[in-house]
Amino acid sequence: MLSAELQQKIDREVAKYPADQKQSAVMSALGFAQDEHGWLSTDVMDAVAGYLGMPPVAVYEVATFYTMYNMRPQGRFKISVCTGLPCALSGGEVAAAHLKSKLHIGFNETTADGAFTLKEGECMGACGDAPVLIVNDRRMCSFMSNARLDELVDELGQAAARGEGRQGHGDAT
Amino acid sequence: MNAPAEFLDYGPDAILMAGLNGSNWRLKDYIARGGYDALKKILAEKMAPDAIIAELKKSALRGRGGAGFPTGLKWSFMPKNYVGDKYVVCNSDEGEPGTFKDRDLLRYNPHAVIEGMIIGGYAMGATRGYNYIHGEIWEEYLRSEEAVAEAYAAGLLGNNILGSDFSYHLHNHHGFGAYICGEETALLESLEGKKGQPRFKPPFPASFGVYGKPTTINNTETFAAVPWIINHGGDAFLALGKPNNGGTKLFSVSGDVVRPGNYEVKLGTSFATLLQMAGGMRGGRAIKACIPGGSSAPVLPGDVMMATDMDYDSIAKAGSMLGSGAVIVLDDTRCMVKSLLRLSYFYYEESCGQCTPCREGTGWLWRMVNRIEHGQGRNEDLDALNSVADNIAGRTICALGDAAAMPVKSFTKHFRDEFQYHIDHKHCIVPTYV
Amino acid sequence: MLNLEIDGKPVQVNPGSTVMDGANALGIYVPHFCYHKKLSIAANCRMCLVEVEKAPKPLPACATPATEGMKVWTQSASAVKAQKGVMEFLLINHPLDCPICDQGGECQLQDLAVGYGASSSRYNEPKRVVFHKDIGPLVSAAEMSRCIQCTRCIRFGQEIAGVMELGMIGRGEHAEIVAFVGKTVDSELSGNMIDVCPVGALTSKPFRYAARTWELSRRKSVSPHDGLGSNLVVQVKGNRVMRVLPLENEAINECWISDKDRFSYEALNSDERLTTPMIKQGGEWTSVDWATALEFVAHGLRDIVSRHGAGAIGALVSPHATLEELALAGRLVRGLGSDNIDFRLRQSDFRGDGQAAGVPWLGMTIASVHTRDRVLVIGSFLRKDQPLLAQRLRQAAKKGTQISTLHSVDDEWLMQVAHKATVPPSKLPLALAGIVVAAANAAGKPVPSALGSVVPTADELAIAASLGSGKTPAILLGNYAVQHVDATALHALAQMLAEITGATLGFLTEAANTVGAHVAGALPQSGGMTVQSMLDDPRRAYLLLHAEAEFDFANARAARAAMEQADLVVVMSPFRHGVSYADVLLPVAPFTETAGSFVNCEGRLQEFHGVVPPLGDTRPGWKVLRVLGTMLKLPGFEAESAQDVRASVAPDGAAVAAMLNNATRIAIA
Ligand SMILES: Cc1cc2nc3c(=O)[nH]c(=O)nc-3n(C[C@H](O)[C@H](O)[C@H](O)COP(=O)(O)O)c2cc1C
Ligand code: SF4
Ligand code: FES
Repeated sequence: MLSAELQQKIDREVAKYPADQKQSAVMSALGFAQDEHGWLSTDVMDAVAGYLGMPPVAVYEVATFYTMYNMRPQGRFKISVCTGLPCALSGGEVAAAHLKSKLHIGFNETTADGAFTLKEGECMGACGDAPVLIVNDRRMCSFMSNARLDELVDELGQAAARGEGRQGHGDAT
Repeated sequence: MNAPAEFLDYGPDAILMAGLNGSNWRLKDYIARGGYDALKKILAEKMAPDAIIAELKKSALRGRGGAGFPTGLKWSFMPKNYVGDKYVVCNSDEGEPGTFKDRDLLRYNPHAVIEGMIIGGYAMGATRGYNYIHGEIWEEYLRSEEAVAEAYAAGLLGNNILGSDFSYHLHNHHGFGAYICGEETALLESLEGKKGQPRFKPPFPASFGVYGKPTTINNTETFAAVPWIINHGGDAFLALGKPNNGGTKLFSVSGDVVRPGNYEVKLGTSFATLLQMAGGMRGGRAIKACIPGGSSAPVLPGDVMMATDMDYDSIAKAGSMLGSGAVIVLDDTRCMVKSLLRLSYFYYEESCGQCTPCREGTGWLWRMVNRIEHGQGRNEDLDALNSVADNIAGRTICALGDAAAMPVKSFTKHFRDEFQYHIDHKHCIVPTYV
Repeated sequence: MLNLEIDGKPVQVNPGSTVMDGANALGIYVPHFCYHKKLSIAANCRMCLVEVEKAPKPLPACATPATEGMKVWTQSASAVKAQKGVMEFLLINHPLDCPICDQGGECQLQDLAVGYGASSSRYNEPKRVVFHKDIGPLVSAAEMSRCIQCTRCIRFGQEIAGVMELGMIGRGEHAEIVAFVGKTVDSELSGNMIDVCPVGALTSKPFRYAARTWELSRRKSVSPHDGLGSNLVVQVKGNRVMRVLPLENEAINECWISDKDRFSYEALNSDERLTTPMIKQGGEWTSVDWATALEFVAHGLRDIVSRHGAGAIGALVSPHATLEELALAGRLVRGLGSDNIDFRLRQSDFRGDGQAAGVPWLGMTIASVHTRDRVLVIGSFLRKDQPLLAQRLRQAAKKGTQISTLHSVDDEWLMQVAHKATVPPSKLPLALAGIVVAAANAAGKPVPSALGSVVPTADELAIAASLGSGKTPAILLGNYAVQHVDATALHALAQMLAEITGATLGFLTEAANTVGAHVAGALPQSGGMTVQSMLDDPRRAYLLLHAEAEFDFANARAARAAMEQADLVVVMSPFRHGVSYADVLLPVAPFTETAGSFVNCEGRLQEFHGVVPPLGDTRPGWKVLRVLGTMLKLPGFEAESAQDVRASVAPDGAAVAAMLNNATRIAIA
């Protein structure tokens, strides 16, 4: 379930904490597992629990508490747009509307080809760069005018066609 | 990820952000700017921990995370002759809507934060430090990891720092999307690999912190200010600001201004000046309202703000809080009901669900505001909003309850007529919401 | 000591106490949900908010430390306002259908809502719906919309049961209690979650909607299962046992009971019950009246005696039987001239007989078990055998007690076990010898010559070192050790180890009345046969009291064979069994249908009364035996009541205490 590479990444995190506090690495472990599997299936969470010596339900608690963990398969590219008040004042909602119409999906939906999932994000701590969005939890894009959104969607669409991005709907489960 | 250059102009008073161009964040650049001189001085002079804390007290540096608690005083709470590990934790979980200053510190001047944390470790006799970084800013996390690696490589972190007998280990911890983890005890729980649910205090972190060990938590900007204070002295820092409000402060200006962004000004600078630095009101419109300290701070009418100075005491006098220094500006085209709706939704979404009033009350508030916004308002709603907010505020384990109640109370206080209009006419008083 | 004042009344509490402790000491009730005296403090329900002098806002009594000179008001205007505010929040998403809720009538939320709730709700938004869960056959989570997120169930699992099987997922309004996807709650203490749940979210599956709580009458009883003799409240509707709950007794079961104690009542109403006396004639079973049945038995026994002598009769009795039943069974066989009676059905080593200084027992009070700083448990499936003793040791381990185990199975005890030696059954005595040698060397005491050749392993050294370093060490022999083929050697070695380390030696007695069975003399006293010899050298007639050949014996096959070949087998049991080999089935009462008493592992004599009338023609066992004894004109059957019988064996607790002694004269030669 957890590839050798993934285990290495987890071990690096575990090393940051006191020897008897492996559990401190659970958040990053789940994050890396999500990068690899696209979402956190029960098997993945079980495996992480086993690897860190935690009760499975404790891992489940963590995975469901933090919003960036995917509890079900997503599109290859999960786009989270910030619609918080400061962003909304500078075009956050306009950007969200543009993406919805361009991708023909609403929030928490995935495009038919499994390329995109759209999410409504809460404050990303980048309100000054509004509109802002994050791709697959890792890549933040700032000043997303409709034109820049179109560029991004084209770029990611092609990447998805090449099978890049995360395992999503099609391939997961 | 470098933003357009003009955003690196933090203003003439900048000290923390002086001379930054977006790419000179590395160790060598920082050292060229006089970085780590403070640490070297401390280690060379074998400066007494109490002397450092005394300087901080003199400087009147107040916590930049929201509560504005005097930093020197907080550091003095750490048990002196405790055997075993003590911890220093940096709160970079910047999630308070409108706040985006710590992100700039982490990406453009990460070593200032690291040096501040090392000095904190020295002053409080701590052996380990963690920087808890907001989940949404992964690139800044990676950069912080690089910076920490640089510091280790240069012997600025680890055992026997710069050949001294002081050893201190520092690591970055990456969050994954939970505003509540900005609350210090929730942050500690999260650091321990649990849900971010705040702890009841007492015991306070200084006696029972991460892993049950004595811990001091400060905001990123607070730590970043420490090296400057050591280099130039507490008095110099105090002199930058006003009594009891020492130094400069980063303000994150967002909303209806020409140039949203971070501006570092002396505490006590007038709001008007700050607004000017941000290019003034967008489209030359009139200012209607301003939330001066992050979404949790009470909103103030524009005219009140225009007459206010940007420091803890002045803003408190005006009836709000300086908070995290997030200044959200709204112009006269903004609907206050819709604006409150967005904030209420945020607190409803972000409540950890641990204590009853917050878990149940934030949803209730949001649903009521939502009805009003969508033309389903009832006359009793306004009073209900206030009493529900009152039943949440001060009844919860952490201050998120108060943070959720404050906007509701202040919006309905200062803009009651707009809410009433919504209830009566089922639509906005302002023509459009652009 | 701290002095504070609550509602104007002065009270003293220990440093580290909370305002709630102070209120409890004064008998002042502060409304609460998440607070539970046996669980860690969560302070999440906020119901216990009170006014504290100089505090700007109301504080939770359950979590606020008491301080010197503190002034608290639990009913002041501001306190009550806060409490009512919280109550309103708790109710807005809680179904208001108490009349159809299984918890109705015993729900803390319902009770408090009466005092603190508003008559009508101002909440007119949609209510939250939480999906039901299936978390196993015992605990029902079918009504999770009722959950108030107090996390008692989670904390119970983590802290008392020692395993986190439930958790709260999601956050904010969407937070809900779950077991891990598709997993069930398997703890042997899981039923207590039902009790700690203050609302109708977690309920008893077997009991669900079987009755309304106000229809139930509550009667005290004592558990017939493990050696603790947990105190029970048996709830009855009509003449039927509907539910079993713990009766709080700090000295024994605290406020808990094991799932065995809680759910086994279902058998009492099962159709396995035997409801009339039955006789087998020509291979055919026929129901008969008591007179006929007992006449048949009396005649049969007399016939055996006259043809084969009294020694041909053997009584095999269960340590789950009452003191009274066991005493009279003994008088019966002895009256007939046989000393063949034994309750040690699962034991297989009897070399210690006649060597014991007294009745084997726990060696200490149950309540003091978790005050020991070192404990070695030898040969025990502790969690299954004595779940609540395991729980006490779990708490002790948290407070720093070093627990060591010597066993043949490495099963999970869900507690911090300091040292473990796991060896094959045949090697148990050798391993224990190893610990003895290690302890002797460590203490600079002479190693018994017989053990000269024994070389301790690393585990054994560690265990010995742990025991030796204690101030109040204890050594406990479990069921598995007592039933071991070398039980005698294990006993002798354990005694030796106790002497060397200054530890207290104890037995984790198997059944509710194991100690009582000794007291009642339900084992050979004057050259009679042990259960083993009664099976190896089969008898012509057997009396089986609450015992089943197939399930209750160390050697089921031998037991079965012995029964098959006998001329007369009399089965006295609440259940219909042994039909293939028995000649007579006599329906005797289970613990809920008779008066009686058990002596638990700490030597505590606990009397109880029937809580329901006997089912059908069932009769209390002691009465059946009394009639039988009288029919046979035997002495000692004059007793008019269970109390009389008890008085004739163990007049009081002191009489029992005087018999307790774990010493054996067996020496390792
Ligand atoms: C709901 C909530 C959210 C908070 N978020 C942050 C945050 O994002 N960053 C921060 O530094 N402090 C935050 N705080 C304040 C911290 O609890 C704590 O007071 C602060 O980090 C202390 O550092 P300082 O003394 O340097 O300000 C938050 C508090 C609350 C109640
Ligand atoms: S199920 Fe019952 S015990 Fe568990 S959290 Fe909900 S209300 Fe509390
Ligand atoms: S009982 Fe005190 S907060 Fe729940």
